[in-house]
Amino acid sequence: MTRYVQDVAVLARKDLVLELRARDTVPAMLLFVIAALVVFHFALPSDSSDLAAKGLLWVAIVFTALLGLTRAFVAEREQRLMDGLLLAPCDRSAIWLAKGISVLAFLALAELVALPAFALFFSGVDGATVAGVVLADLGIAAVGTLLAAMASVSRARELLLPLLFLPLAIPVIIGGVGASVADDPGRYLAFLALYDLVFAIISWASFEYVVAE
Amino acid sequence: MIRARTLSKRYGEKRVIERLDFDLPRGGFLLVTGPNGSGKTTLLRMCAGLVVPTSGELEVEAGRARIGYLGHEPLVYRELTALENLDLYGRLYRVPERRERIGMLLERFGLWQARNERVSSLSRGMLQRLALCRGLLHEPDLLVLDEPYSALDELGAELLDRELAELRDGHTFLVATHDPARLEGLASARLAFA
Repeated sequence: MTRYVQDVAVLARKDLVLELRARDTVPAMLLFVIAALVVFHFALPSDSSDLAAKGLLWVAIVFTALLGLTRAFVAEREQRLMDGLLLAPCDRSAIWLAKGISVLAFLALAELVALPAFALFFSGVDGATVAGVVLADLGIAAVGTLLAAMASVSRARELLLPLLFLPLAIPVIIGGVGASVADDPGRYLAFLALYDLVFAIISWASFEYVVAE
Repeated sequence: MIRARTLSKRYGEKRVIERLDFDLPRGGFLLVTGPNGSGKTTLLRMCAGLVVPTSGELEVEAGRARIGYLGHEPLVYRELTALENLDLYGRLYRVPERRERIGMLLERFGLWQARNERVSSLSRGMLQRLALCRGLLHEPDLLVLDEPYSALDELGAELLDRELAELRDGHTFLVATHDPARLEGLASARLAFA
């Protein structure tokens, strides 16, 4: 177990260092989410309800996540570095977990900017929405990382990832919007937690088969 | 060390390797030759555990921790330095006395001066030498080398000659090459693809 955690830490640290050096994923996610919120601000009629605005927040989050996921395995794909990781004697699920942690970190950074921006353009963000975002991020990182790995070995990767990811993100949208607007957000948060648990287990267990040639 | 029986690999309808039998005993040096596209790389990738055979048996005694693989790509991150790349692999392979081992390899392959340079700034020959350092870092029992001399200048090729000669005793080699004459003296067997 200690060895597994060490492998995950080594691989996740590598991804964070790569992003710090290259700076090509997080800045793009930040620009995208702010641009999307600005567009929604002008697109939404001034007398629209808070409910509509909250829905658009979740659209922005999901598409920002998709942007980050398309970049998740770029280094491994372009330089065939997945081979190097697969050759290493670590549990292959450690690669998924480490990559998921870096995806989660990048998404969290984007949301640290996006949520105050949403409050500025639309309305305040309550605790239930923040809790929903945190739970949604976990699910998005878990399932998105698996799908990004799957897409990265495909020739039609730019098409495949959105086609696979968006249908699986529908429960995240349902849970997230529900947690943001419902009087009783508890059951929506529980739904998101269940989604996270189920998809984290499936992704963890199936990653090895996804990356095996 | 390696035992293959009726080993086959297909990609869709394309037959890359068809019913191949061979044995590579511990301490052996198998030279794999053949034209481009004949299946050399696929065979090496199967033996390294990177590709799953379509049918047949393939037994490789060495586990992933005991295989050193050098492929067509150096398998190092461009945005990390040479030292950081080797440190990453050293940690994943649990290399004992990692820093000393990395330092020794970088010195031996003439990369010590460039250890803190990002890999993106290294020449193709230096990248190949760094890839050799990566493949040898964990002192593997089985060395799977795909065109190890490609991109090496004369100095790099001599360094590799010396290294292979030193490692010849006590290690098992599976080497694909277009220049078999260079390794003829070390080889114990040859597998020629048509």
